Amino acid sequence: MEKLSFRHATRTALPGTRASAITGVVASGNLEVLLERNLAPDACHVEIDTAIAGYGEVWAAVVADFVARRQPGGLTITINDGGARPDTVSLRLAQGARLMEMP
Amino acid sequence: MTDWRQERTAREARLERARPHADGKVVPAARVVDLLEAILRPGDRVCLEGDNQKQADCLARGLSACDPARVHDLHMVQSGIVLPEHLDIFEQGIAKRLDYSYSGPQGARIAKMLYGGQIELGAVHTYLELFARYFIDLTPNVALIAGVSADRDGNLYTGPNTEDTPTVVEATAFKNGVVVAQVNAIVDRVPRVDIPGDRVDFVVEADRPFYVEPLFTRDPGAVTETQILMAMMAIKGIYAEYGIRRLNHGIGFGTAAIELLLPTYAERLGLKGRIATHWALNPHPSLIPAIESGWVSQIHCFGSEVGMDKYIRARPDVFFTGSDGSLRSNRAFCQTAGLYACDLFIGSTLQIDLAGHSSTVTTNRVAGFGGAPNMGSDPHGRRHPSDTWMKAGREAGGTGDPALRRGRKLVVQLVETFGDKLVPAFVERLDALELARKLKLELAPVMVYADDVTHIVTEEGIANLLLCRTPDEREQAIRGVAGYTEVGRGRDHAEVERLRARGIIRRPEDLGIEPLDADRSLLAARSIKDLVHWSGGLYEPPAKFRNW
Amino acid sequence: MDWKPVSLSSSPFDQSWYEASARARLAGLLDTDTFQEFVGPEQRRMSPHLPLFDLPRAFDDGMIVGRGRLDGQDVLVAAQEGRFMGGAFGEIHGAKLVGLLRAALAVKPAALLILFDTGGVRLQEANAGETAIAEIMRAITVARAAGIPVIGLIGGRAGCYGGGGLVAGTCARLIISEGGRLSVSGPEVIETNKGAEEFDSRDRALVWRTMGGKHRRLIGAADAFVDDTIGAFRRAALAAIPAAPAFDLATLEAEQARLEARLDRFGDARDATEIWGRLGVNDPAAVPGLTTEGFDALLARLPEGPHHAR
Repeated sequence: MEKLSFRHATRTALPGTRASAITGVVASGNLEVLLERNLAPDACHVEIDTAIAGYGEVWAAVVADFVARRQPGGLTITINDGGARPDTVSLRLAQGARLMEMP
Repeated sequence: MTDWRQERTAREARLERARPHADGKVVPAARVVDLLEAILRPGDRVCLEGDNQKQADCLARGLSACDPARVHDLHMVQSGIVLPEHLDIFEQGIAKRLDYSYSGPQGARIAKMLYGGQIELGAVHTYLELFARYFIDLTPNVALIAGVSADRDGNLYTGPNTEDTPTVVEATAFKNGVVVAQVNAIVDRVPRVDIPGDRVDFVVEADRPFYVEPLFTRDPGAVTETQILMAMMAIKGIYAEYGIRRLNHGIGFGTAAIELLLPTYAERLGLKGRIATHWALNPHPSLIPAIESGWVSQIHCFGSEVGMDKYIRARPDVFFTGSDGSLRSNRAFCQTAGLYACDLFIGSTLQIDLAGHSSTVTTNRVAGFGGAPNMGSDPHGRRHPSDTWMKAGREAGGTGDPALRRGRKLVVQLVETFGDKLVPAFVERLDALELARKLKLELAPVMVYADDVTHIVTEEGIANLLLCRTPDEREQAIRGVAGYTEVGRGRDHAEVERLRARGIIRRPEDLGIEPLDADRSLLAARSIKDLVHWSGGLYEPPAKFRNW
Repeated sequence: MDWKPVSLSSSPFDQSWYEASARARLAGLLDTDTFQEFVGPEQRRMSPHLPLFDLPRAFDDGMIVGRGRLDGQDVLVAAQEGRFMGGAFGEIHGAKLVGLLRAALAVKPAALLILFDTGGVRLQEANAGETAIAEIMRAITVARAAGIPVIGLIGGRAGCYGGGGLVAGTCARLIISEGGRLSVSGPEVIETNKGAEEFDSRDRALVWRTMGGKHRRLIGAADAFVDDTIGAFRRAALAAIPAAPAFDLATLEAEQARLEARLDRFGDARDATEIWGRLGVNDPAAVPGLTTEGFDALLARLPEGPHHAR
C-alpha cells in the first residue's frame, strides 16, 4: 500500500451544495472516491490510499488534470484504490464531481 | 512438340493413385492418411482450410500423420493457422514454407518456430491479398477443405460458415488441382449446393464434426465503464458527425459496447435510421438488440457465429441466407464489401506509435492481422461518392478542382490507453520493428498504416488526424489522447490545447458527454442471457457463456 | 416459450439487481430518498486488519446499514457490497449488521431486510468474521422472537455463500433471483475437496442448477423467485413482510420436519434435474430456460404446494 497526498489551488469553487458523495467500489481495477465539501472554495485536497505502489507520478498527473478541468474548489477527496487504471481513476473523479454538482 | 497438358496429366495421376482408397468419391475417415499420401507430392502448394472459424481438422490430423519420407517440404498457403496440427507439420518436416493471414491462438508458437528457423515465411497477408495470390502465384496444387455435408457426387453444403471455401476451391479446381473435402455427414441430398460436385474430387466423412470457435461472442457482462465512455464518444463524435450508415466493426469489447449502445444512447440522440444501417460484419450476438430495435437494414457476413443459426434463419430480411434458410457467408466477398462499400472501419489494436502506425504483433507473438489491414485501409480504387466519404475527403484537405479530389474512408482506432496489466497502447516505437529486425523481414508487420488511420478514440477523447496538417500536429494530436502513458504525459500541453481549440482533439466534455452516463445500465444488454431474451430465445449461446 | 423483452427504461426499479452496487440497490429498493445511513463512509470505520495484509480498505467495509421506508413502513436495512472482498464478513462488516439487528429491538421496524452478496467469511479476519456470523445468527433469532420479520434478498454477483448461507438459513423469508446463488460451500470449494468428478466448478450450467435461484425455490430453500430487477425485489419484499411466520416452537418443528422429509426424498439424487423430476416437473431440462412467468406457472402446476416453514 502507498499513501499519496496532493494539495491544489483552484480558480473557482465546484458548483452545488451537496455536502458529500461517494462513488465506485474498492475492487481489483476499481476504486472508491469519497468527496466532502469542507475546504475553502479555492482549495482541493486529494488523499489516496492505493494498493499498487510506485505510480505517484501518474497519480499526480491524473489529479492535476482533473483539478484543471473540473475546478473542484472546496473539496476533500479521499480515495481507496484497488489498483485502478488511470482511465478508471479519471472517470471516477469526473463522476464524483458531477455527483457533488447535482441538486 | 510442347505438352500443354502437363498439369492436367499430373492431376490424373494423383487421382489414379488415390482411387483405390475411395468408393467413388467417398473416403472413410480411417483412410485419410492413405488418401493424402497418394495425392500429395513433395513441394506441393497446399491449402489446408483453416478459416477464421471453420477448421478442416480431420484432414489436418490426417496430414500430420503422413509419412514425412513420402510427404515433405509442402508449401502451406492458408488464411488461418489455428490448430496445433497446422504447426506440427512444420516440426515434422511435412511442411516447410508458409504464407498465411491470421494465427490468433498459435501466434506465440509461430514466433518461436520462425526464430528457430522451422518455418520459412513467405508473408503475413491480409485475407484478400492471400486470396488474390491464390489466382496469380500461390495457386494450390491440393486443397483440403471442410463442409457440413456432401452427397456422393461431391456436392457440398458448407453450412453457415462458408467463409473461404468457394475461393479456395475456385483457385484449385480450375487450375488442375485436387480438392478433398471433409464433411460431418454424407447425405442423399444436401440442403443447398455451396460447392458444385464437379469441383470436389474426394469427400471424407470425418470422425467428428469440424471444430468451430465462437470468436465473435463478447459477453456484455464484461463491458467496462471506460469502454462505454469510449463508445459514447465514437457514436456522438464520429458516427453522428459523419452520418455513418455503411460500416464494419472489429471484434473487441469496445465495438461490442457501441453495438450495445445503439438502442439506448444512440436512440436517445435521435440517430436511428441515420447511422449503422448497412454492415459488413460477422453475426455478432451483441448486435441482436440493435437488430431487434429496427436499427439494422442488412448485414453481409464473412463467416457465421456459434449459436446464431436459428436467429439468422428467422431474420432473412437482415442476413444473406440460402434457399434452405441458413446463412450464406463468404469471406472474399465480404472483405471486398468492407473495402469498397463501407465508409468506416473501427477496431482496436495493441500498439500505436507517434505517427499513427498500429500493430498487434509483439516480439513474442506473430498473430497476423486477418482482415484488419484490408478493412482498415483507404481504397484508392473507390469511385462512388457518399456524404461520409466526401466529408472525410474535404477534411483531409488538398488543392485543385474539388471535383477531382477523392473522398476518404474513415479508419478509426478505438483503444484504451492502457491494456492488460497496465501495458501502454501508445509507444514511441512498435514492437513490430524489433520483430522485423530479428527475423530479417523486409517489411515490419504493421496492421494499419499511419496514412490510412483517420481517427483515434481513447477514453481521453477523439483525435481527428484528417485535420492535422504537419507531422508535429499529428504527433501532438496522438499524444493528446494517449492519457497517462509515457507518450501521453510527454505531450506539449499548450499545443494540445491549441489542437483542442481547432477541434482536432475533442474531450468527452467538448462532446457534451456526461460521465455519469458511462454506466453499465446504459447497455441494451448486460449479459448473454439478456441477448437470448432480445432474440426471443432464438440465440443459443455456447455452454461456456451460460450462467443459468 | 415466452420471452420478455429486455427493459431499456431508466427507472431505478427496472435496473438489474445483479449489476447494481449495494448503495444503488438500497436507493431503489426503499421509498425515494428515505434511506438514512448509520456509520456512513464519512466516518471511515474501516477494517483494522486489512492493512496488515497490505490490502486496500473500504470506507464502509463493504456493509451499508441504515433505516428507510418501504411503501411507507419503517424498515431497517443492511446491504453487502459483493465486489469489495467478495462481500466477505470481517470484523467491522459483521459488527455493523449485529448492531443493526440489536437496534431493531428498540426501533421495532416493520421488517429488517438483509441484502446478501457474500462469499462468506473474510479469510484475513477469519476469527472476527466467524464470531460475527454466530452473533448475527443469534441476533436474528432474538429479533425474530421479538416479532420482527428478518427477510433475506439474494441476487448479487457473489451470491450467498459460507457463513452468509448459514445466516440466510435463519431468516424468516428468502427472496432470490436467477442470478442469485445460495449455498454454504461454493463450487470451487467443493471441487477442491471432492474433485471435479464430484462437482465441476467450471460447468456454469451445473453451478446454477445446483445453487441457483430456481433450484432453491423448487426445493423450498427460498420462498420467492423474482426477476433480476430492483423493482421485483421491492415487490417481493413487500409481500414477504406479512407472510413471515411467527418464530415459535410450532414453526421450528415444522421446519425440522420439512428438512428431514426433503433429505429422505432427495438425498440420493445425483443432479438437480432428478429432484425436479421427482417433484413432478415434466421437462426438467427446460427449467433453466424458463422466464419468471413461465417458472411461476410451473410452480403453480406442481402437485404439491410450496414448502413454507422456517
